[in-house]
Amino acid sequence: MKNKLVYFLFLIPFAAAAQDDLMKELEQNEKKEVELIEQTFKGTRLVNGQTVETKGAGELEFIFAHRFGAVNTGAYNLFGLDEAYVRLGLEYGITNRLGAGFGRNSVDKTMDGYLRYKALAQSKGVKNIPVTVTAFANAAIRTSPRKEDATYDITTRDRMSYTGQLLIARKFNSVLSLQLMPTIVHKNTVDKTIENNNTFALGVGGRLKVSRSIALTSEYYYRVNTPANDPYYNSLGFGIDIETGGHVFQLVMTNTRGLTERAFLTETTGDFFKGNIHLGFNVTRTFQVKKRR
Amino acid sequence: MIFNFVKSFLSNLKLIGLVLALFVFLNASAQKYTTETGIISFFSDAAVEDIDAKNNAVGSIFDTSSGEIVFLVPIKDFQFDNRLMREHFNEKYMETHKYPKSSFKGRVQGFDPKKQGIQPVKVSGKLIIHGVTRDIEEHGTMEIVGGKVVAKSKFKVKLVDYAISVPQIVWQNIAEVIDVKIEFTYKPL
Repeated sequence: MKNKLVYFLFLIPFAAAAQDDLMKELEQNEKKEVELIEQTFKGTRLVNGQTVETKGAGELEFIFAHRFGAVNTGAYNLFGLDEAYVRLGLEYGITNRLGAGFGRNSVDKTMDGYLRYKALAQSKGVKNIPVTVTAFANAAIRTSPRKEDATYDITTRDRMSYTGQLLIARKFNSVLSLQLMPTIVHKNTVDKTIENNNTFALGVGGRLKVSRSIALTSEYYYRVNTPANDPYYNSLGFGIDIETGGHVFQLVMTNTRGLTERAFLTETTGDFFKGNIHLGFNVTRTFQVKKRR
Repeated sequence: MIFNFVKSFLSNLKLIGLVLALFVFLNASAQKYTTETGIISFFSDAAVEDIDAKNNAVGSIFDTSSGEIVFLVPIKDFQFDNRLMREHFNEKYMETHKYPKSSFKGRVQGFDPKKQGIQPVKVSGKLIIHGVTRDIEEHGTMEIVGGKVVAKSKFKVKLVDYAISVPQIVWQNIAEVIDVKIEFTYKPL
């Protein structure tokens, strides 16, 4: 008898729940889903280099990037503002994970084309993936010097360089995202006395959001296999991302003027800590070319 | 002691089964209707650009016997024409990482499940958006169509009421009052 009473008591909360708290029932009925962690970074560029981000399917991004001369060239050169190096670029999202782009940088009059593919997207919930991984590959051609100006019989092959890169990022929370970038740059033709055909580099970078529209970014590429009399520096950069409507403005300071992987990864000439700093900006505008939904 | 409890628990499994069956029966006897694919859309009509978004993953339960109604809106599931709009909506305005869901808990007045045709109803209760709870009272319609309950409502949401602030630089892009449309088709639970 006593036992049965116990079971009856068990029933009471059930009955109460059934009548009252529909909300709890609704919450319990909810399907458990994979929750994608999005917006690890604001754009496809961290400072000079790439991020894991891809454009959405049908989105076209116009990237206008600009680096001034070095600040330590002094007042005569208006602290570098008298010179400017530009890269104009376009990137298109073929799918939400696959993108293609091309651009032209005034440094060595280089044209570059690239593909990026998001192989793994960070998520939690039913499927827990700790990082986003994007593969990036480019080919670039230096069109300077012209054939008639070259000191040797330069061929197209001599002008080419290639980059393979793995971008591995984790958004720890809405404020902090970090990224690792193991990279290889292959240059077909180099001055063997001071450089290698293949440069291996490990990049680290991150983003710190300081308000809902402003974030601080930084990026450093450490070259692993530098030759003995290497005249170049590892590239280092800091930036401030400011987002306004459909634009992202990135104000940067970096020790490189190049905006293609070959240039900033393997041919950075400035020592950041000796004031060889270039101010610059990246401005991106995204257009929806094909409608979603 | 614990062992004994487990033993008696196992020996009474049958009884527990009975209790559960009774619970299920009780549950079924309440006239509850549910949906997992309710649609909420909104429209913002502003000087610079119109923004509209649609969410068809709204979960809701409506108890026709008591008039109680609840719904849960996963904010991430609002779809926009433009991915950037969706990003801004989640990251800047709704702060979805802090407030992943909006919800409503209230009561429907004026619905008779035995009547045919479109019936005007009054809904009142607590609406939570962006972590802010407000008492609201809105009008809508309900209709029984082939054993399903179709509920519709249109109302306005004022952004300041829910502490949703729009940065000065883009305020012209976003209306201060948003038109919200609800369309739920409930199946019997």
